[in-house]
Amino acid sequence: MSGAPQFVFSEKGLRDTVSTEKTKAQATHHPVRLKISNLNFFYGAKQAVFDLSLDIPINKITALIGPSGCGKSTFLRTLNRMNETIRHTRVEGKVLLDGHDIHGMDVVGLRRKVGMVFQRPNPFPKSIYENVAYGLRINGFKGRLDDLVEHSLRRAALWEEVKDHLKKSAFALSGGQQQRLCIARALAVDPEVLLLDEPCSALDPVTTAKIEELMFQLKDSCTMAIVTHNMQQAARASDFTAFMLDGKLIEHSETPRLFTTPSDPRTEAYITGRFG
Amino acid sequence: MSGARLIWRKGLNYVMLSLTGVAAFGVVSVLFLILGYLIWNGGTSLSWNFLTQLPKPVGETGGGMANAIVGSLKLLFLAAVMGLPVGLLTGVYLAEFGGSTFPFIIRYTADLLYGVPSIVIGIFAYSLAVLPVKHFSALAGGVALGIMVIPITVRSTEEFLRAVPGSLREGAMALGASKWKTIATVVLPAASGGILTGMLLALARVAGETAPLLFTAFSNRFWSQGWGQPIASLPVMIYTYAIAPYDDWHRQAWAAGLVLLGLVLLSNLGARLILARPKVG
Repeated sequence: MSGAPQFVFSEKGLRDTVSTEKTKAQATHHPVRLKISNLNFFYGAKQAVFDLSLDIPINKITALIGPSGCGKSTFLRTLNRMNETIRHTRVEGKVLLDGHDIHGMDVVGLRRKVGMVFQRPNPFPKSIYENVAYGLRINGFKGRLDDLVEHSLRRAALWEEVKDHLKKSAFALSGGQQQRLCIARALAVDPEVLLLDEPCSALDPVTTAKIEELMFQLKDSCTMAIVTHNMQQAARASDFTAFMLDGKLIEHSETPRLFTTPSDPRTEAYITGRFG
Repeated sequence: MSGARLIWRKGLNYVMLSLTGVAAFGVVSVLFLILGYLIWNGGTSLSWNFLTQLPKPVGETGGGMANAIVGSLKLLFLAAVMGLPVGLLTGVYLAEFGGSTFPFIIRYTADLLYGVPSIVIGIFAYSLAVLPVKHFSALAGGVALGIMVIPITVRSTEEFLRAVPGSLREGAMALGASKWKTIATVVLPAASGGILTGMLLALARVAGETAPLLFTAFSNRFWSQGWGQPIASLPVMIYTYAIAPYDDWHRQAWAAGLVLLGLVLLSNLGARLILARPKVG
């Protein structure tokens, strides 16, 4: 064949593989934390997410991969309704958190249950202690702040490094420490779900490994969804992987299967580095 | 490249660099000339008496401007109380809320207000706060200065709030903070240094205003009897003393100028210190 590379597959054959894939995935029967059905998302007139349905299982790590601009971050941000802060956006479809539609929930309550860690560490210009205590304070927490701050920092594997200077500015920390501080900050309100939007993209490999290790430890108590550019990271750190392309979910299965025997040729092309 | 061409280029470079240097030096020397002249003339007339005593009756030498120094501070206090909150809240609105049309109008209005000659603002304050009660008052002077403080505070507040990265707002909102809570607990504290600096500079800017005070706060050769009474201020005293025919008064005007400059310098320094402070809350 000459000219641009093309994906050769029959429409019918694809549909068959996808449907068998679906039955297999359902057969594993993981209890679901977040059930997304037929989600569409629009920036003004431009649609960024198309008819996306996905189950995010309890206390597992689900990775979202795909080329830049495929809508994976946008999708992630619909899960705690962060996109509502952007003007002229519209969302259609259902997102159920433990069976309750998040769009019917109080947004404050939702974001307590669904925490988020961003691409670049964004500690507040406050002390380390105040950063972690922030979520508790604004939610009117009455109780032993000190204990919860320590607990959250321990969960984020940062306690040993910062316990002697909690009153210091968060800006004095290194990038990796700042990102773990942001994770501790999110963990302080004890969320059920943690959304991680490319949390390691601004970090070096050693620090990245620490964050991945931390995610692994958090799996006992927290459901996680991570957007990543880094396919090795998805392969290493996640239990399930969803591949998105042009705002559509192409394939979703257990991580080893998706990376070894992808059922969609586009997935295969992406993970083997033929595009993206 | 030929040698002549190279020499021409290097020469041009040298000449242009020198020109910018000379211009910069010129500006700085004018500033230092004014400063030096003021210190020379004011410094010799400045005394403890000047800072602590009331003006002497016309014809007698000596005395001081204690009432004008306190008066200026009182007027600035009034201006701060009336102007800063409005300016701050408007700045927050411009930076954090609003669509595109309404903020544009407000921003434009603030710029216009900044450009309104101070004497016009004086007339406005006069008709607002002097005519109804039929006498000059510190309050009326405060209104005039307060109005002048607003546009400066609005624009500096907006600028410093815009400089706060959006990721901080997202971080707070992702933890369940409402928009207002985000602004009050994260955005404003992050910008507080800059905003305070802007406020101090706005006050420093109006501290030297004379025209709007001439027919609002008027002046007073004694201690002011209250917020509703005329009050002395340094700029108006400088004006009155400088156009008087007595040498002693001229000397006192210089001293008053020096004190005023000191006040402005102090607030500038304060602003710098606040900005340089490490941002930990």
